[in-house]
Amino acid sequence: MKDPIAREVHKRTRRSILAGLAGAVIGISGWKWLFSQERDEGLPWPLRRVLGLNETLASACYSNSRLTPQPPAPAPGSPIRINGPLGLESPVDFTQWSLRIAGPFEGEYEKEFSLDEIRKMPRTETTTELKCIEGWTERFSYSGVKFSDFLVQLGRPDRPAYVGFETPDGEYYVSLDMDSMLHPQTLLAYEMNGKPLLIAHGAPLRLLVPVKYGIKSLKRVGTITFSDERLPDYWAERGYDWYAGL
Amino acid sequence: MLTRMIEKHPRLIRWTHWLNFALLAIMVWSGVLIYWANDVYRPFFPLWFYNFFRINHRLAEGMAIHFTFMWPTAVNGTVYFVYLLISGQSREIFPHPRSWLRLGRDAFRVALYDLGLAKELPRQDGIYNAAQKIAYSGILLMGMGSIASGLAIYKPIQAYWLTSLLGGYDFARLIHFVLAMGYVLFLIIHVIQVLRAGWRNLRSMIAGFDLPGEIK
Repeated sequence: MKDPIAREVHKRTRRSILAGLAGAVIGISGWKWLFSQERDEGLPWPLRRVLGLNETLASACYSNSRLTPQPPAPAPGSPIRINGPLGLESPVDFTQWSLRIAGPFEGEYEKEFSLDEIRKMPRTETTTELKCIEGWTERFSYSGVKFSDFLVQLGRPDRPAYVGFETPDGEYYVSLDMDSMLHPQTLLAYEMNGKPLLIAHGAPLRLLVPVKYGIKSLKRVGTITFSDERLPDYWAERGYDWYAGL
Repeated sequence: MLTRMIEKHPRLIRWTHWLNFALLAIMVWSGVLIYWANDVYRPFFPLWFYNFFRINHRLAEGMAIHFTFMWPTAVNGTVYFVYLLISGQSREIFPHPRSWLRLGRDAFRVALYDLGLAKELPRQDGIYNAAQKIAYSGILLMGMGSIASGLAIYKPIQAYWLTSLLGGYDFARLIHFVLAMGYVLFLIIHVIQVLRAGWRNLRSMIAGFDLPGEIK
């Protein structure tokens, strides 16, 4: 007769190995299932769904009273890293440029502003450490009109949930939540490090929203659109998190 | 001669242990997909590594996977840790606060023995030797460090106090990276040691029991 302990050892070992293998099969099947799911803007929909849940949690915890780091302003004219020519490659006549405000209905331009008019609006100057979604940071100062001040100038009493930005050629476009647009460091900027914007930094006017990754800080703003619906976003369409909030 | 089976690893510890392996593998791999986009800790990964593992140009995918699997990874780790505490298993792992010096000396002697430089192992109390106690307590601290440094670079403005506590955004990113590489190093040593310890030891993490009388 076999030793009862040896039998028990055998039984438990076999049972545990089988349970482990079953677990591994379930895990691997789950992983394969995940990546065979229909894509929602470049991602399997369950991943997109979790990004949405992360966003809900992040916006619930979001507060405009938290500022980004404010390092001392670099010397005027210090060079700033240039990244991404999207939307800047079409020729533009800067003398003809104006900022157009659209929405809520597509194609209906409610207002236009020249750069001079924007420069006459209340001016804000701040410094930040901007974070690129790739993982690097850049410190600089910038000046322009705070977006919340701009809204006052615009005379819009309502606060639609979403704001969209587009380059004049329509090649680059982003959209953001109104909360982040009202952050005190969110500016329509016409100067960086004390000098007028370079073309590569988005002259004549760019968005700087340091509570988001740099992908949202669109250069060479052509059109601003207000909407209660989420507006198209270049990188979100390519698999990135739409919220991209820090 | 087999006389008795003793219970070594509770079921929950075994499941969370193996699940942690799979989840950490996903986290480290998706982390490398993200790291690739700002490959500054040079020369850490050579070009052939990126090509061989097809790491290139997968930042969006890496972020989506990382920010999805961070949840089960953190939950699994927390369950493991809490169970360790309430089950009393932590007494086997955590070093006694008043014996740091002896623990360090014993761990050093264990290492010498494992490297073939000493003939005898120091006396061991409990199921783990001094080196194991340090390694297994250390990996728990590393896990907490990964959650903290991860949050510090995930929400550096909302969790600004944490980010500045960890030396700022760039430094927190470095901590997060070093810890990730630490898991890989831990895994390599752990697997070597498990292979050396033999089937009886590995079986205890699969089936839970140990047989004191059994020859390896």
